[in-house]
This record gives sequence, C-alpha cells and structure tokens, in this order.
Amino acid sequence: MTDVLAIAEHRRGTLRDVSYELITAGRELAEETDGELHLAVIGGHLEEFTRLLSKEGVDVIHAVSNGEEFNHDVYTQIAEGLVEEIDPGVVLVPNSVNGLDYGPALANRLGRPLVSDVTDASFDGEALSTTREMYGSKVETTVEVDAERTVVMIRGGEWPSADDSGDPEIRERDASIDESAVRSTVRAFEEVGGGDVDIADAEVLVSVGRGIDEEENLELVEELADALDATLSASRPIVDSGWLEKNRQVGQSGKTVTPKIYIAIGISGAVQHVAGMKGSETIIAINTDPNAPIFDIADYGIVEDLFDVVPALIEEFER
Amino acid sequence: MKVLVTVAEVATVEEDFEIDGSAIDERYLEYDLNEWDDYAIEEGVQLAEEGVADEVVAVTIGPERSEETIRMALAKGADRAIRIWDESFEDTLLDVAAKTRILEAVVEREEPDLVLTGVQASDDMFSATGVALADAIGVEWAAVVNGLDHDFEDGVASVRRELEGGVEELTDVELPAVLTIQTGINDPRYASLRGIRQAQQKEIAATSLADLGLDASAVESRLRLTEMYEPEVESDATIIQGGPEDAAVQLASVLREKGVGAE
Ligand SMILES: Cc1cc2nc3c(=O)[nH]c(=O)nc-3n(C[C@H](O)[C@H](O)[C@H](O)COP(=O)(O)OP(=O)(O)OC[C@H]3O[C@@H](n4cnc5c(N)ncnc54)[C@H](O)[C@@H]3O)c2cc1C
Repeated sequence: MTDVLAIAEHRRGTLRDVSYELITAGRELAEETDGELHLAVIGGHLEEFTRLLSKEGVDVIHAVSNGEEFNHDVYTQIAEGLVEEIDPGVVLVPNSVNGLDYGPALANRLGRPLVSDVTDASFDGEALSTTREMYGSKVETTVEVDAERTVVMIRGGEWPSADDSGDPEIRERDASIDESAVRSTVRAFEEVGGGDVDIADAEVLVSVGRGIDEEENLELVEELADALDATLSASRPIVDSGWLEKNRQVGQSGKTVTPKIYIAIGISGAVQHVAGMKGSETIIAINTDPNAPIFDIADYGIVEDLFDVVPALIEEFER
Repeated sequence: MKVLVTVAEVATVEEDFEIDGSAIDERYLEYDLNEWDDYAIEEGVQLAEEGVADEVVAVTIGPERSEETIRMALAKGADRAIRIWDESFEDTLLDVAAKTRILEAVVEREEPDLVLTGVQASDDMFSATGVALADAIGVEWAAVVNGLDHDFEDGVASVRRELEGGVEELTDVELPAVLTIQTGINDPRYASLRGIRQAQQKEIAATSLADLGLDASAVESRLRLTEMYEPEVESDATIIQGGPEDAAVQLASVLREKGVGAE
C-alpha cells in the first residue's frame, strides 16, 4: 500500500490546471497499490480551493492556511511537515516553474530521490517506474526508482483533469512556520509583453525558430508572413537573442495561441514551445530534421531546408 | 565575493540516430556547452567585470573529454575550473541527489557567496540540481531567474523569476544563494581569440571523489534508466514530399484551401 500526497498549485487567486491533473495521476498511483490519495493546498482562497479540489478519488484534503501566494521557503516547510505526518510513498509536485522552485529542495530535505518532468508513472511490480524524455524530447526513457519513497514532479498536460466531484475529508490546518527559515520575499508580479501586436488574436501565424540561424534571415519569414497576410511569432531563442520582442514568443513562458493555422519554421517543438501552440487548428511544420518532435503534433510536415521551401512558398503567393 | 558556476557538457543528438540498448549510440552524439549554463557563465563574468565578484569558478562533473567545453567557460572569463569525475559515473544516469552530493562537497571547499546554475541541462532535462543543492548547503535560492540586480544591497539578491504565461515574479533572496539561470537573462558573449588563448593558461583541476572526501557509494544514483526508445508517433501528419519547390506548391494549395492568401 502506497499513499500519495499531491500538492496543488495556485497563482494570483486561481488554481492552476495542473492541480486537477495531479489528482488524476495521484489517484492512478494510489489505486494501483490500494493506497490513499491526500491532497494539500497551501494558502490562497482555501474555501474555494477545497471545494474545487473535492474530486472523486481524493481521500483527504489538507487545507493549510498561510498567506495568499507561493513562497518556496514556506511551501518546503509545510510540505515536509505533511510528509512526516502522512508518510506517503509518493509525493507529487507539478513540474511547473514554482514546482521547480521547491520540489527539489523538498526531495533533498526528505532524503528522497527526485524524478522530475515525468510524463507517465506506474507501479511496475513493486517499484515505481516513470517515463521521461531526454535530449530535447527526441527519445523517451523508462526510469525506475530504487527506493520506496520518492518525490515525483509531473509535467503539465499529460494526465487528464479530474472532473467528477467527490467528498473528501477536509482537514484545515494552521501552519506554524519557522520564520527564521523564510529568507526570501516575493515582492510583486509583472506581466510582460504588451507591444504592438497580440499574437493570440491572429488567425494565421508564421512562427520562426532557431533554424533561421541569423537575424538577417528573419526578413525571409517576414516576407512570407506578408505574402500570407499572417502575423509573425517565434520560439524562445529568437526572443532571447533580441531579434524579436517578447510579445512575439509562443510557449509556456510566452503566449498561448490558438490560430487557425500555425506554420512552425525551423522550430524543433520543445515541450515548452508546444505548450503554447498545440491548440492551433492546423499545424504545419517545416524542418530539416525528420525526428523533430514538432512533427508529432503537426498536421502537415515538410522535411526540407527552410531556405529552399520558404522562398518557393513566397513565390507561390506572390504570383 | 566569490561566484561558483556549474557548467555541464551536454550531448546533442544528430538528426538520424540509433539507440543501442538503453542509450544512443555514441556515433550519433555531439557534445556542447549546455545552453542554459552559457547564460549562467555570462552572468558570473559580468559580476566580475562590474567589480562585484572577485573570482568566478566554473565546476563541472564530466569525463576528460569535457575539458574542451569547460575551457569555453574559461575563455569567456571564468578564472579557473574544477572537473570532477569518477569511473563509476560512466553509463549511469546520475540523479539529482548524486549530483547534489558532489557539488555540496565542492561548495564546502570553495565557500562561494553565490552559485549560478542553468535552469536545466538539455540532455537529461532534470531542472532540479540548483535548488536541491541550495537546500543541501543550507542557503537560499531562486529557480528560473531571468533578471538579477547586481547591487546585492544589504546582502540581498533581487531576482526576476519567469513564471508561465508571461508573468514574472520579483523576489528578494538573502545571500548566500543559488540561482538557476534562464536563457535570455543576458547576451552570452563569444569567446574571443585572446580569451581562448588565455584559457590555455588557466587551471582545470581534475578532481576525484576521494579528493572531495566522498566514495562512489555515497553518490550512487537511485534512478535507473532501463529503457530508451523513440517516442511512438501518434501523429497522422501528412508529410508533403517531392522536394522543396514541389512541396511549396502543394503546401500553397493546402493553405489556399483553408482560405489563406485568398483575395
Ligand atoms: C522553464 C522554461 C521555459 C521555456 N519557455 C519557452 C517558451 O515559452 N517558448 C519557447 O519556444 N521555448 C521555451 N523554452 C525553451 C525550449 O526548451 C527550447 O529551448 C526552445 O523552444 C527551442 O527553440 P527552437 O525550436 O527554435 O530551437 P531548436 O530546438 O534549436 O530547434 C531548431 C530547429 O530548427 C531546425 N532547423 C535548423 N536549420 C534548419 C533549416 N535550414 N531548415 C529547416 N529547419 C532547420 C532544426 O532541425 C531544429 O529542429 C523554455 C525552456 C524552459 C526551461
């Protein structure tokens, strides 16, 4: 029997989707071993959050009061306390930016192995077996854990959201925090972006990635965007290089877009990029690498050099 | 102030490759400086140039081959480098805890005021060593930092953390600290010829586990990579064939059908 403790995530007053996915993942693991699923929600609008998180398969929700927002020192302390009390075999943490800001510390403090960015997990016989990607998602791996107790960080979007409501036991708790161990302070949040266009409004996006090689070459995709009457967007390296403004970035840390047509040019399809564009109606990828993960989600693919295809495509539309 | 930058040499996979057992056949791998670490090095070197840091030390866990990569860090301005290796690391997936224990021993020796790591290594994609290390050595930290104020007024690092969806968090972190550095925080320099020449003179201290007071069993990984395979493609992508020109013509007609470019 392996109990599971999953730690929900919220930001600026809203539960993040991955919280519901954690429930599904946690329920699967708990069921495999006849264990219980405990869920913790730390801070924020606890009443609303516990109501929303009361899904089928959740046995207990620990509603821990401690302020509005995430602070990793506080989360690590509270999670450590809960783990000591519940002694779950698996602690599930989202593989989000905030998850990455406390999950590894928690695992270290508990002396447990950490498996991050997990896309699937199950008990294979006795041992926990996980699926992870490597080398920019070009390969998938099976990683087995040689320990009875682990911290597992799950990638968002891999498990369906739990939606059937349930009736878990709610345990409200006041966190007693060792304030001397809180040595970081979240001051503010800022939205980035703004700028001249909102790529989220575009019906057709011509999106360019590192395959474009040099800033001068951007002209070529700009020309294509003009010819197609489309809006230009980009993967992160283009923005990191300062070649385009941040408001053009598609992905996890950029914008989520859902155009009718998304043309990915010289973009490999890293998970953080795909997170922002997988909802596009039709995805077209132009990439020299037939194994580029972008082809897994594309509707149409051209395995050719963009410097050959794009000029030809411009010509087609300018004729 | 002393800055320690963790640097990894990562394997990148060629376009065509084969899997041999539970690893990619060596023939298809190329080695390079981890993209995220390049930004961490740059941040450290800038701190030195601004007179904030007195010394920038690069540390890597890697076989002899990786000296070529660590030399890049030296050529870009790191003062010296430490390379840790043990035969037992060959063909194992060093887990976060194992790497943490090794780096913890390095920190004990070097006593840096600031440790910079990359957000992730592009090959094993764990994204966790920096934060685990911070906890192990009992200092503060911040993950996914894309902005750092170099003043360190009152012993505080003011950072910008890049959250999802275009939201950034402004956080103050007490020093000493470990920061995991996100791409885009700066504009990494190329190594100049002069830098490359100077790097030849700088020290790369080959360090064994024993030198660090550790033995192999202390850093045994509890994760076992048992299988590696190409992901099953569920996509039913239509691959447009026939060479670039022909493909462009076909794609144009697909796009037109969907109303693109219709006047
Ligand atoms: C916390 C975090 C958040 C992130 N957020 C984002 C985000 O919001 N958005 C984002 O995009 N990334 C994000 N990333 C980065 C992401 O992991 C990848 O590094 C990035 O998406 C890669 O961009 P790319 O596909 O353009 O470049 P690469 O991965 O380098 O791919 C370039 C592609 O171009 C192809 N190519 C090269 N030359 C040619 C040619 N001549 N013709 C055709 N094809 C060619 C190559 O085969 C390759 O597939 C984030 C990473 C982290 C860790």
